Amino acid sequence: MNSNQNQDLQRYNANERSNHWAVALLFVMAALSGLALFHPALFWMTNLFGGGPWTRILHPFIGVAMMLFFLGLAFRFAGRNRFKAHDRQWLSQWRDMISNREENLPRIGKYNAGQKLLFWVLVVSMLALLFSGIVIWREYFSGFFGIGVIRFASLLHAVAAFVLISSIIVHIYAAIWVKGSVGAMTSGKVSRAWARKHHALWYDEVRKNQR
Amino acid sequence: MATQDIIARSATTTPSPSVRQTDEVAKLIDTTVCIGCKACQVACSEWNDLRDEVGDNVGVYDNPTDLTADSWTVMRFDEHETSEGDLEWLIRKDGCMHCEDPGCLKACPSPGAIVKYDNGIVDFDQDKCIGCGYCITGCPFDVPRISQKDNKAYKCTLCSDRVSVGLEPACVKTCPTGAIVFGTKDDMKEHANWRIQDLKGRGYENAGLYDPPGVGGTHVMYVLHHADKPQLYSDLPRDPAISPLVGAWKGVAKPLAMLAMAATAAAGFFHYIRIGPNRVSKEDEAAVEQDSAQAGSNSPEAGGKSDEQ
Repeated sequence: MNSNQNQDLQRYNANERSNHWAVALLFVMAALSGLALFHPALFWMTNLFGGGPWTRILHPFIGVAMMLFFLGLAFRFAGRNRFKAHDRQWLSQWRDMISNREENLPRIGKYNAGQKLLFWVLVVSMLALLFSGIVIWREYFSGFFGIGVIRFASLLHAVAAFVLISSIIVHIYAAIWVKGSVGAMTSGKVSRAWARKHHALWYDEVRKNQR
Repeated sequence: MATQDIIARSATTTPSPSVRQTDEVAKLIDTTVCIGCKACQVACSEWNDLRDEVGDNVGVYDNPTDLTADSWTVMRFDEHETSEGDLEWLIRKDGCMHCEDPGCLKACPSPGAIVKYDNGIVDFDQDKCIGCGYCITGCPFDVPRISQKDNKAYKCTLCSDRVSVGLEPACVKTCPTGAIVFGTKDDMKEHANWRIQDLKGRGYENAGLYDPPGVGGTHVMYVLHHADKPQLYSDLPRDPAISPLVGAWKGVAKPLAMLAMAATAAAGFFHYIRIGPNRVSKEDEAAVEQDSAQAGSNSPEAGGKSDEQ
């Protein structure tokens, strides 16, 4: 047995991890400042950003920065998130997944169908947030749009943010639930057993490349 | 106005003080008596100590051409040709309508930045304004303006400072023809009825009161010669109401989204409690060792295929 065969597998390199955490930190700031302006019960969170006017000033810039980094992430990961034939089967057996009966599910690659679904939901909601956000950015852009468009964009911005935040709650929970996942985005490594159990085709692929 | 007279407050989900009841007030603007002298604009600027920038003449009497953060009321002039070929000069003093159901207040995210007093006046508290412009998005009459100087929203206050000490608004005080009158809303409706009877007697069959029910009525009302066609008066909306998009955004979306996000987090928590974490088992680790052992002699694919054991 060669020692190389027992080492953890590299899932994300340093650039991918940095990119992910840049988006994540900006997301937390955008979500907190956005929620503060969304519901009166959360208006107190404007204090985290230096008060109401500062929250209003900062939120769109945070959002644009998040979007720029997210685009980087999306281009890095889009290829691996294309839906394949086995994804439909995987999705139809979602009950096996949430009941921790993963052995019944089809063997999958680097991402399962749930992760792929999440990826594309994030892409769509981020784009919706960007475009609607520009329309309702009163200081610089709202003057270019009619009142009907601004009203529609205001509602769309809230709905898209709701979808995004809910999706991220699911994303964070999945990382807590599936033990061994967090390391993929901190050290960049996962154990071989983790890879074999959750992403068997990717496990095969990495081992093959290691030879 | 005392704080106990605030009956509605932006971004506030509990009832505001509502024990004390005072009479609802209204300003009645009789477009049929208005001569377009703009004394009301001057009075507004004087009383509120506002000096808008001097603009350019654009070839019509409208000056300034639109409401601004420094011009809370403007006269809008429309030349209307009647079916008989006569010319009518329809002049409307534009400004905040002080809606009973104010779209600005509904849209505002900053607690208490927009208030409605129990006499019906809708007022902005610029100290609490964050400058987002949602009031503009919510307003069915396109009235609030964000100042370029301080990024705060401004509009007509109905001279709430004067009214609170028993004075009439500055524009009312100055109007030389009595086209603007002020009093309780009931009295103003009565005054309007008398004017409308008079107008009908002079051949204005469609004369009527503009007090649009879509926003619960307004505390600034118009007497119009053509109440059937308010849009003749520089696009005064025929049936204004808070847009359904704004209603959804600021109504049902807020509690529903909060509930759904909390429910998503709760679902995760209880999934963890009931079903528990998804861990790599001893068998999974053993399988990996087997794969590695085989890899010494065999190809990795051979190991990978023993996934279902």
